[in-house]
Amino acid sequence: MTDDFASRLKTEWFGNIRNDVLAGLVVALALIPEAIAFSIIAGVDPKVGLYASFSIAVLVAITGGRPGMISAATAATAVLMVTLVKDHGLQYLLAATVLAGVLQIGAGLLKLGYAMRFVSKSVMTGFVNALAILIFMAQLPELTNVPWLTYVMVAGGLAIIYLLPRLTKAVPSPLICILVLTAISLYFGLELRTVGDMGELPSTLPVFMLPDVPLNLETFMIILPYSAAVAVVGLLESLMTASIVDDLTDTRSDKNRECVGQGVANVATGFIGGMAGCAMIGQSVINVKSGGRGRLSCFCAGVFLLFMIVVLGDWVAIIPMAALVAIMIMVSIGTFNWGSLANLKTHPRSSSIVMLATVIFVVATHNLAIGVLVGVLLSGIFFAWKISQIFRVTSTLSADGTHRTYTVEGQVFFASADDFLAAFDFKEVLDKVTIDLSRAHIWDISSVAAIDMAVLKFRREGAKVDLIGMNEASETIVDRLALHDKPGALERLMGH
Amino acid sequence: MKKLMALIDGSVYSRSVCDHAAWVSRRTGAEVELFHVLGRRDVASSTADFSGSLDADARDTLLAELAELDEQKSRFAQRRGRLILDEARKRLEEDGVREAAVKLRHGDVVETVQEFEKDADLIVIGKRGEAADFATLHLGSNLERVVRASQRPVLVAARAFQPIGRILVAFDGGPSALKAINYIAESDLFKGLHCTLLTVGPETDENRRRLEDAAHQLRAAGLETEHAILPGQADSVIADKVASDKIDLVVMGAYGHSRIRNLIIGSTTTEMIRSCKVPILLFR
Repeated sequence: MTDDFASRLKTEWFGNIRNDVLAGLVVALALIPEAIAFSIIAGVDPKVGLYASFSIAVLVAITGGRPGMISAATAATAVLMVTLVKDHGLQYLLAATVLAGVLQIGAGLLKLGYAMRFVSKSVMTGFVNALAILIFMAQLPELTNVPWLTYVMVAGGLAIIYLLPRLTKAVPSPLICILVLTAISLYFGLELRTVGDMGELPSTLPVFMLPDVPLNLETFMIILPYSAAVAVVGLLESLMTASIVDDLTDTRSDKNRECVGQGVANVATGFIGGMAGCAMIGQSVINVKSGGRGRLSCFCAGVFLLFMIVVLGDWVAIIPMAALVAIMIMVSIGTFNWGSLANLKTHPRSSSIVMLATVIFVVATHNLAIGVLVGVLLSGIFFAWKISQIFRVTSTLSADGTHRTYTVEGQVFFASADDFLAAFDFKEVLDKVTIDLSRAHIWDISSVAAIDMAVLKFRREGAKVDLIGMNEASETIVDRLALHDKPGALERLMGH
Repeated sequence: MKKLMALIDGSVYSRSVCDHAAWVSRRTGAEVELFHVLGRRDVASSTADFSGSLDADARDTLLAELAELDEQKSRFAQRRGRLILDEARKRLEEDGVREAAVKLRHGDVVETVQEFEKDADLIVIGKRGEAADFATLHLGSNLERVVRASQRPVLVAARAFQPIGRILVAFDGGPSALKAINYIAESDLFKGLHCTLLTVGPETDENRRRLEDAAHQLRAAGLETEHAILPGQADSVIADKVASDKIDLVVMGAYGHSRIRNLIIGSTTTEMIRSCKVPILLFR
């Protein structure tokens, strides 16, 4: 046991040192512009996102359940906190980050990672598409009412990002995009907005501090809705990314440990002045593509990021925003699931509706949690509807015309209970009725009530009713809940 | 004995493992089952693309690319595994074992042993594995894990098979040593061999009595047996005795202590396996 643990720890950390360190470097270079951009989305200084990316990356590397996955400050959580920052300020965001972490730890300990099974593939596709749209929309302020030169710069940046990999895959093309655009703007002395204009960059290592908020119920009630949304969205994106990395690397991960790890990282990040984050789909794909497989890659990404920021802070400030916008457009294009557009034609209509509803609700509310909730509810309803279709009642009349046997097949539950009742002909005069449930399953109160109603109605018409062939599970629920076999049945049923 | 498991990995020890398995099979009539385990891929294939950019549908393209690389790798490993097994089967035939079953498995060696040892009475494994470094005398990384995990006696093959005539039992009176004595007395494997019982430690009445009891049991089973108690450090005394008496096989109890203890003071078993140049039969 201890030996297995030690050897697993060794593989997860040091099984792939060279590639992990290299991939960590590539990821760190890509994280800097993203962390800055996401801080800007949330409306805080770039240093809030940069500190967060450092601390989340390092802590999730240690505590998370999915080696090879990259976590940092993310767009998904940033968009949730915009109004909190606007109305109450940065300190409340830090407090909300801590609380979100606590909620995530709770979710991990309660093993809510298993609840992911209710999030269908269509909802996940909707989630990533909505996320891509949100990231793109966050770039619009940088693209409207700006000098035409900005468009040229962004287009040039995109050209570098997409064309350079065709020449060489040895250097990160977003980094070259930043270097080239910065050099051009410096050389020609272009009047463009720079990262430095967006707020303060870190010049020191992060320090521990308590969020400066009054510790009372009022504060708690202000931050709770934000924290809850951040916790849910953070876990969703993290677990979704974990499955993507599982697929890419053909290995398994510990989802509940991942929840706790994300929580620990967020709690600690709130205390060093960083904003909440989670796993990043795009960065994790980049990491795997660059050869990163172990915990070391995420750890290195965090450490390199902080090192570069503290050492190169002055240079980061002069990066033109156009370079960042180009990179974020790339991230948004890379995050969007383009295949899902073609699938709209071929996939079942219900799953397309779930996907589109998820996207629409997210884009309308800027809240991924609401979109996912709508998607999950819709897919549940569609599923119930589909299952309720697998339901049939047939009947045979005995030779003398006094005894009819109804055979029920399929699932009897709230969605099919009406069909169940409608299948009986109560007007027919019979001595005896047999309802054969051997090929049916009774699921809930609605179906038990429907059976009650059917039995009692037949009795009122003077027929003797037999229920036969219930399987054990159905029998249990009928015994516990049904009224037709208990005294005073009719009165009690009517009282419902 | 009905069946034995021979674990081979394609290293120079594979031939010797076959020869040892054949020796056991010829003496006892046991069926031989050859196992080669394709290790789990700890690290999946890598594309070495440092461009750090995300194309449209990057996830799907990357997944397809990685799956293809992994597929090629595991195809290759499979082909190699079959070749290794074929060669081993041929070797067994040359050694006079007519029928040998072969099994190619995915996963971990220890898991494979635990899964299949229920039907087997003995496990044969090489002293060192594929990645062995002879200069440092390191033992195969899987050897200790297999011995610790297995319920069956494990025969650790030396680099080359030598005909076996004289065996030495390192006898400490412990439960695994008693198990070894019972096994030797009952199995056909040791019929007609010369047996030396050796206790390393102080010459006490207790030690002498236990040693004589064991010797008596072996003589009753028809083995020519001598016994001795020698003072000193177990591994070096046994190694000296093996050299001076031209012993061909050592039988001993293995890994009586916890890993934690071994980490601090080292393991006699590991030292023994390392310093003896002959095959060793281990009992737990």
